Amino acid sequence: MSWEILAVLAIPLAGGALLALVGDRRWAPEANVALSIGTFVAAGTLTARVVRTGPFLAFREQFFVDPLNVFLVALTAFVALTTAMFSRPYMRVEEDHGRITPGRLRLYHSMYQLFVFTMLLVLLTNNMGIVWVATEAATLTTVLLISLYRTPASLEAAWKYFILCGVGIAQALFGTILLYMAAQKILGGGIEALLWTHLAGVRSQLEPTVLSIAFVFLLVGYGTKVGLVPLHNWLPDAHAEGPTPVSAVLSGLLLNVALYALVRCKVLADGALGTPFAGQLMMGFGIASVVTAAFFLLRQRDIKRLFAYSSIEHMGLITFAFGMGGPVASFAGLLHMTVHSLTKSAIFFAVGHAVQKTGTQVMADIRGLARVSPTVGWGLMIGTIAILGLPPFGVFASEFLILTSAMRQQPWATPLLLVALGVGFAAVFRQIQPMVFGDPEGRFAPVQLPYRPALAPVFVHYALVLSLGLYVPPYLADWYREAARLIG
Amino acid sequence: MSFSWAGAIAQATELVLAVLLAPLLLGWVNQCRAWLQGKGGPGVLLPYRVLRKLLVKDAIVAHGASPLFRVVPYVLFGAMCMAAAIVPTLGTDLPYAPAADAIALVGILALARVALALAAMDIGTAFGSLGARREMLIGFLAEPALLMVLFTAALISQTTSLATAVETLSQRELAIYPSLAFAGVAFTMVSLAENARIPVDNPATHLELTMIHEAMVLEYSGRHLALVEWAAALKLFVYSCIGIALFFPFGIARGGEALGLLYALPALVAKLAIGGALLALIETVSAKMRIFRAPEFLGTAFMLAVLALLVHTFLEAA
Amino acid sequence: MSALLTPALVGQIINLFAAVLLLVSFAMLAQRRILSLIDLFAAQGLVLALSTAFVAWATGQTHLYWSAGLTLALKVLLVPWILHRLIRRLQVKWDVETLINIPTTMLVGLVLVILAFNLAQPVSELAGTVTRGTLGIALASVLLAFLMMITRSKAVPQLIGFLAMENSLFFAATAATYGMPMVVELGIALDVLVGVVILGVFFFQIRERFDSLDIHHLEQLKEE
Repeated sequence: MSWEILAVLAIPLAGGALLALVGDRRWAPEANVALSIGTFVAAGTLTARVVRTGPFLAFREQFFVDPLNVFLVALTAFVALTTAMFSRPYMRVEEDHGRITPGRLRLYHSMYQLFVFTMLLVLLTNNMGIVWVATEAATLTTVLLISLYRTPASLEAAWKYFILCGVGIAQALFGTILLYMAAQKILGGGIEALLWTHLAGVRSQLEPTVLSIAFVFLLVGYGTKVGLVPLHNWLPDAHAEGPTPVSAVLSGLLLNVALYALVRCKVLADGALGTPFAGQLMMGFGIASVVTAAFFLLRQRDIKRLFAYSSIEHMGLITFAFGMGGPVASFAGLLHMTVHSLTKSAIFFAVGHAVQKTGTQVMADIRGLARVSPTVGWGLMIGTIAILGLPPFGVFASEFLILTSAMRQQPWATPLLLVALGVGFAAVFRQIQPMVFGDPEGRFAPVQLPYRPALAPVFVHYALVLSLGLYVPPYLADWYREAARLIG
Repeated sequence: MSFSWAGAIAQATELVLAVLLAPLLLGWVNQCRAWLQGKGGPGVLLPYRVLRKLLVKDAIVAHGASPLFRVVPYVLFGAMCMAAAIVPTLGTDLPYAPAADAIALVGILALARVALALAAMDIGTAFGSLGARREMLIGFLAEPALLMVLFTAALISQTTSLATAVETLSQRELAIYPSLAFAGVAFTMVSLAENARIPVDNPATHLELTMIHEAMVLEYSGRHLALVEWAAALKLFVYSCIGIALFFPFGIARGGEALGLLYALPALVAKLAIGGALLALIETVSAKMRIFRAPEFLGTAFMLAVLALLVHTFLEAA
Repeated sequence: MSALLTPALVGQIINLFAAVLLLVSFAMLAQRRILSLIDLFAAQGLVLALSTAFVAWATGQTHLYWSAGLTLALKVLLVPWILHRLIRRLQVKWDVETLINIPTTMLVGLVLVILAFNLAQPVSELAGTVTRGTLGIALASVLLAFLMMITRSKAVPQLIGFLAMENSLFFAATAATYGMPMVVELGIALDVLVGVVILGVFFFQIRERFDSLDIHHLEQLKEE
């Protein structure tokens, strides 16, 4: 019996139901923030419990908490909170500008909380079938969020998102069925055969052929939601056309959660196969994503699409790291998940405000942000520097670790990664630098907004990323190492 | 090749029966169709009266016709008789059994089709070429489908000899073979196409837009036309018998048991009657397709036949 | 009662269900009209429910009865009803346009079926159920539904293709593992229902914006 798990899940679920009724009131954004605070506090107590007493199962083994997923739970709750804080004035401005109606605001708030609920469910459940159900539910909650503005482009983005992710997820369902089939022979029928803890216990006895086919399907399925090339087509559109808070949680949270599901499957596959097959597949997809995204970065005109491709690049890097395996690479992967999530969501916050002030998403039309609104401009600049892997930010540390392990374990990949990261760096910096430091032009000159933008979340995130880059506290390092050990 | 008297009698009986009964089958189908449409109908013996009428009339041949034109009706009729001899309708111990290969059967039917198409183009009229081209289009697609159906049956019975195949199929215990169900549907579709029935071709129309078979025989008259019409009726009979032999082989005499032959005859008549009524039903409830849809229709039949093959290979032989 | 059925007969009846399912999947691929497509989808659900109930009866796995009931209620009654209502309100009745013509689609479908059978062969030998031979057919139906999704240019048939894919996956689950645990199945059913509802809403949005449900309107976002 764990009331922490109950709280972590019940608060967003109840919040979603509540906001479905009252999400258009004037105080709805504040209610959203309050609910997120509640979730975060619950996540904090859950983390404290795990740190104190170690991993545990709850509710007849249906829920499982260990260092790997609890840190993701904490991260998810934290980013959900800061995004809710950011979205408070942001959505008010959008409503003011006439881009959304109060009815849609209701939809937005309730879907936001439900989305957080589904992601936490994926993280906390022990049942591989429920992992699938919750991932699909996460897709469903965000479909209507992406099309919130009802523009033709956003409708298209939402449709593509639904179809591509839906088809991908269906493959994951088949993989889950195959997994269940292999498990049934050892663990018997019934629900135990789908519980990850049991599966991990007997993973060396699972049938290798079935597991290898199952893993391929699971990789394709969950990999679609991670945004691995070539299944990434939905990602740039979804980020560009949806409201900025949605882009932030998609990049910052959903991709992580999908990768988490994939990593859990990889553990099972590794145990069953005994060969590095699963890891090699992940490395392949990871490198393909990094390289492809880097070259796409060169051609982007829209700022949100630019950072969407950057997300693809980074998730590819993390997938590559997890594919490599080993304590250092896994540690680096986990660290990178954290810092990427924080940095990317902060960048999207800054981008959101920049877009609101200038009224356009086209990069060539935005100039001189630092001049007119220094906080937004510098927010964007610092974020760009951070995400591109410059020291002393955390991204540098994790990228460095990944590259050094690659040099040791997979030397063929290192030049590819270096080139891709370099190309990406040039592509992004080339665009952002004039946006922040140029002359504010006439037509799209930044204007004042009716509500003061919440930029505190941006800098809080950056501070965290900076501190992680300079100094990872020992308890945190131990925690990562523990989680890395679980990945193998 | 074992020669048994019973077998020879069965063979001769089958051939004579086919030739005599084919117009009756045609008449029965047309009568059923008329009844389904609420009309009185011309009676089941109409085709016989038509044949008699045509046989006493003079055969007019166009000026530019080559000898091919005169010979084709006989070739057609002969091919159909041979086909009728190959298909086991009453018994399976036929002297022709070793040569009665499913592939040979398809070849004979193809020969008939080609002969008629050539004759249609022989005179050089527009309708003839039109009909010939359309017929070849249908045939091009229907033949693979028919082959696939026969292959499915051949795979199940491990032989392409039709007589042996029928014997094997009639001997197996009651089992549900989905592959045969698919093959049956495919075969029905192919028969509809090959015999120029609705929904592929209207046997009663003479509109340029819609004719296929009728366009090819437009130039024939007198005894030539009689033979051509008889051959068409025989073709329908042969197809029905193939269907019955492959999918409903109960009642066909095994080997050359004389008693079995006596029992087989009423069984055959009954099955043909039911089959004819069903054909009339299909024709009544379907509308004729545009000719451009015919490839789709036959493509579906081909696909079903291949599916039957696949299903058999993967589900039943495993 | 179950003693009436010899194992061979049980296997054959299940094969029959699987073959009919495959046939319905192909029929959906070849279907031009949307109303018939929805009816075929309902038929597919019915075949699914019947086969699940039969497996339940033949093997004594009573939880499959609940599964079959759920499938019947959701996929044969509720979802087609929602779709019919959606079509009526959207006033969508035209023929489905396809991106490649139907005979070619069928040929590609055949190739996919062969592929699926080959892929499933090693796996089905390892399953422990009486229905394992039909895993290949389930996978083939999934691929056919997928083919249907990518060769249609209107939104509603793509949705139906998606739902048909879920149906086939469900059949695969029944074939390989006697169905998933109830809680998972309920979750999946909920997902399907919510998905259909959400998409219904979404279609109205598309319709509102474009006055049409042609997917070609939704192809403007491309890489520059």
